[in-house]
Amino acid sequence: MPKTEFSPSIDSRPTYSGLVSQGAAPAIMVADEAGAQALTDLAASDASVMDHAHVVLVGCGAAALGDVKPVALHEAPDFDAATPLVTQLLNTARMGTQIYLAGSEGLIGHVSALAFAAGMPVDEIQMEHRGSIARRMQCVHCKGITEDVTTDPFTCAHCGLTLFVRDHFSRRLGVFQGVCVDAETPGVVPETVEIQA
Amino acid sequence: MKKLTLKVTAVEHLSPLVKRFRFEDPTGASLPVFSGGAHLTVEMPEGDTIRRNSYSLISDPYDGSGYEIAVRREDKGRGGSLYMHTKVSEGDDITVSLPSNLFQLDLRAKKHVLIGGGIGITPFLSQLRQLDMEQKPYELHYAARSREEAAGIKLLPQAAHIHVHISEEGSRMDLGAILDGQPLGTHVYTCGPDGLITAVADQTARLGWPKAAVHSEAFTAPPPGEPFDVVVKSSGKTVHVKADQSLLEALEAAKVDIDYSCRGGGCGRCQTKVTACDGRILHNDHWLSEDERAAQKDIMPCMSRFKGTRLELDL
Ligand code: FES
Repeated sequence: MPKTEFSPSIDSRPTYSGLVSQGAAPAIMVADEAGAQALTDLAASDASVMDHAHVVLVGCGAAALGDVKPVALHEAPDFDAATPLVTQLLNTARMGTQIYLAGSEGLIGHVSALAFAAGMPVDEIQMEHRGSIARRMQCVHCKGITEDVTTDPFTCAHCGLTLFVRDHFSRRLGVFQGVCVDAETPGVVPETVEIQA
Repeated sequence: MKKLTLKVTAVEHLSPLVKRFRFEDPTGASLPVFSGGAHLTVEMPEGDTIRRNSYSLISDPYDGSGYEIAVRREDKGRGGSLYMHTKVSEGDDITVSLPSNLFQLDLRAKKHVLIGGGIGITPFLSQLRQLDMEQKPYELHYAARSREEAAGIKLLPQAAHIHVHISEEGSRMDLGAILDGQPLGTHVYTCGPDGLITAVADQTARLGWPKAAVHSEAFTAPPPGEPFDVVVKSSGKTVHVKADQSLLEALEAAKVDIDYSCRGGGCGRCQTKVTACDGRILHNDHWLSEDERAAQKDIMPCMSRFKGTRLELDL
């Protein structure tokens, strides 16, 4: 699957300009199955990028990387399992470490928030969107996070309010903001549509 | 610009060339607190001109009982530092601006590395108190030529994370060793000669540091130079800039309305459009880009001078 092109929006909405090799620097790379393809493309553009790279694959096996051989390869079944691992890598990383994220908005949002908390400026993180355009949404009312949202509006998995999918994004939390769609006119809810890129 | 009239309550030699000054409110009232890295502008009236220089505050940012600065005597300067060294003594009144800060710490950093060269140690003296107060990890590196010249030593606490490099004693500062291997989330701050600032920028770029993690402050007092004339467009009036006067000071003396903050070419506030220029602008600021300098369409009057036949400013 190729890199996703998103339609232009407000400044808050993250844009993913695609992975560009920063050479043989220490690197942390995190990808899901669709994103793994972006890592193999990256390695094809410059093999040295893998020389000092730790790759964390979320929800897929090493086979997704083909014959690309980073210095270390970790696999995690999901975000929850990947979080301590990625945090550990970030906390022991030194300045000059490059961060490459590839895959869904949820994966990029989740890991870029971890990297930001570790002191990495968000605009220095390399990001490429591949695969699902499902979003990680935070309900601005109950603060609960609903993963894999593909429709607008959607129902908050925590408090049950009907939420409008906004392009406002919290870099600190790595989530888009969902706002109650029928606060003024309870019960009057617009038709549900699929989220577009 | 709001001003404070304070009393000079202490003057002390820190080294043969550097004096420390302490200012307090004459009624003993508490002064506004500031943040680490802030400076204030001191007024130095002499004859019909008022010279104004900015100096970093070196005292505790949370202590409103007084403001302290350290001034290095520049014998080749326009006379501001000489004025401080020869004309200001305990008990005098002194007019200063409120503190303002162009060199704040980025408190999102996980760790701070402070690098000061020579008198460039001054902004770090208040920053390290803030870092201690906020219990943030940091290390400070202070480079000076000789122990005698190292005025900062007297003001620095003795601690394992404070390193003094005296080149005369063979302990040169090794930027590679300092910067390589710092943990992710480190920010570096440099104040001192341009060469030091460039060396840190080069080294961090080589190590792949994000630009946003590299901070510096280079503002210095305006240099003297050859006298020149400047035309004020709105009034058509010609203002003469004396050798030991900055363009900003000459415009102020001629009652031309012009904005400023740092008076050291670092904040951008005094940026002025050039409407005619027959000659060469001697850009001494740290604000304009290379392209802007070459275009000669803008000037920073706090620092820059002119050589040529006609300079007209959009004032
Ligand atoms: S007053 Fe700050 S650049 Fe001139």
